[in-house]
Amino acid sequence: MHNKTLVELSQQLASGALSSVELTQHFLDRIKLLDPQLNSFISTTDELALAQAKIADELRAAGSAGPLTGIPIAHKDIFCTKGVKTTAGSKMLDNFISPYDATVVEKLNAAGTITLGKTNMDEFAMGSSNETSFYGAVKNPWNTDYVPGGSSGGSAACVAARLAPAATGTDTGGSIRQPASLCGITGLKPTYGSISRWGMIAFASSLDQAGPMTQTAEDAALMMNAMSGFDSKDSTSINKEAPDYTSELNNSLEGLKVGLPKEFFKEGLDSGVQQVIETAIKDIEKLGATVKEISLSTTDLAVPAYYVIAPAEASSNLSRFDGVRYGYRCDNPANLEDLYKRSRGEGFGEEVQRRILIGAYALSAGFYDAYYIKAQKIRRLIKNDFDKAFADVDVIMGPTAPSAGFALGEKADDPISMYLSDIYTIAVNLAGLPAMSVPAGFTAGLPVGLQMIGSHFSEPRLLNIAHQFQQATDWHKKTPDAFTK
Amino acid sequence: MALDKSEVEKIAHLARIAINEDKIPEYASSLSSILGLVEQMQSTNTDDIEPMAHPLDATQRLRDDAVTESNQRDAYQKIAPATEDGLYLVPKVID
Repeated sequence: MHNKTLVELSQQLASGALSSVELTQHFLDRIKLLDPQLNSFISTTDELALAQAKIADELRAAGSAGPLTGIPIAHKDIFCTKGVKTTAGSKMLDNFISPYDATVVEKLNAAGTITLGKTNMDEFAMGSSNETSFYGAVKNPWNTDYVPGGSSGGSAACVAARLAPAATGTDTGGSIRQPASLCGITGLKPTYGSISRWGMIAFASSLDQAGPMTQTAEDAALMMNAMSGFDSKDSTSINKEAPDYTSELNNSLEGLKVGLPKEFFKEGLDSGVQQVIETAIKDIEKLGATVKEISLSTTDLAVPAYYVIAPAEASSNLSRFDGVRYGYRCDNPANLEDLYKRSRGEGFGEEVQRRILIGAYALSAGFYDAYYIKAQKIRRLIKNDFDKAFADVDVIMGPTAPSAGFALGEKADDPISMYLSDIYTIAVNLAGLPAMSVPAGFTAGLPVGLQMIGSHFSEPRLLNIAHQFQQATDWHKKTPDAFTK
Repeated sequence: MALDKSEVEKIAHLARIAINEDKIPEYASSLSSILGLVEQMQSTNTDDIEPMAHPLDATQRLRDDAVTESNQRDAYQKIAPATEDGLYLVPKVID
């Protein structure tokens, strides 16, 4: 039951072979049994899930079920869920019971999905390994000595271990795609503004974007149909009718023009990963695509510009955590300043503090032009680079991450080497583009993701390419034996 | 770009974060190496390039000045660290 895709489960629910209550109980039991080895959930919502499942079964009996009615999923613990603890992986919010639902949660609830629980993540989504979580690191189900990637590491690990058929994630610099690659699942970061940010705890507002984490591209399309759309509560939501993300899945790839940026295949890329990606691209060629080398000459500038823009926005966004209205408050504050300083000093972990400090520095008097404005100018150069590439090719492909993964603790004390693990994903956020990571093979027993980057609003085409690739390969069906037998 | 102890203390004050004295050298070193990474931007000429704040160059949307929310003070204050008579409590600011 747990190795089935959303589409397959949806069919079984529709035929009456399975009830949502049975399905939900099955996944809750699996989480209880197996998650102690992974730590992919911060909390499970058993009672809520079974109550939602009962309602879903009643709706189905009454003839008003949609494709996602009764399907259990997990939410990254960055999405506010009414009446449920919502922590963003931080001690700061360990006592925070959200008084409302994020738009993403509200929309998926309306589509009939069941909430199994809230998944573990790097604190405030700041990390690439899930090791900065206040609730402890998540382990990679393919090798529990390895990180699952981050920041949506809990969502990636639970889908890979089939503890949930699908999960929500967020991606500010690669936080959906990199863990999807490291855990061997499908992840989509949509065009900036496609999915509402309302109720999604903010990290860097001009980069943050929610998206689905699933077994297949077809499942991601179904999730997108429920998650996306204009929301007046998000000031940067795109006021444009959302497409049917499943509409192009079955199109042919004949004539597709693929660009391979030479900067993605130079020094720093693991040779095992390179081999997997080259083979995957040959498979795409066999489906009718033509491939050419392109150049994204600003590739090396993306990480430096990101580590000004994202921390600057974070230092502003995270100023709301002051120990006054909600969240952690220090004991016995001597005065108001002491209350602010110690609540934030004790409530935030080290990586979060580091990024707030970098941001505060970059925005401080005398440094604003040299850092923040400079980074915004580089951001435009990066976007121009992509625009130029898309005048010539339909999709850009390459590795999602420079290696198939790293061991727990390996990079925990070296922020720079951790930051560089997002070298192929970060530019996409700066340019606001949609991109996917799709399972493409293995090296040294660990999964490798193929990244596909499209122009703005090209998600239906990206999902089409990914779906056709998944019709021709079976990497997305491979599961870690220890968890899925 | 290397930050010294007093600069770290100054930024920590700006950000209202209390940092233990013994952690400051570690922060000075990791923040300096991040600034070193960021410094790579300076080698690129960006004269006449317009700074980009939004990936789709969108502007702020305006809405009608109308009431859309109902009062939920009690629900929101239930999760506050300290409240009294509908007010959030903080240490005394004015004597």
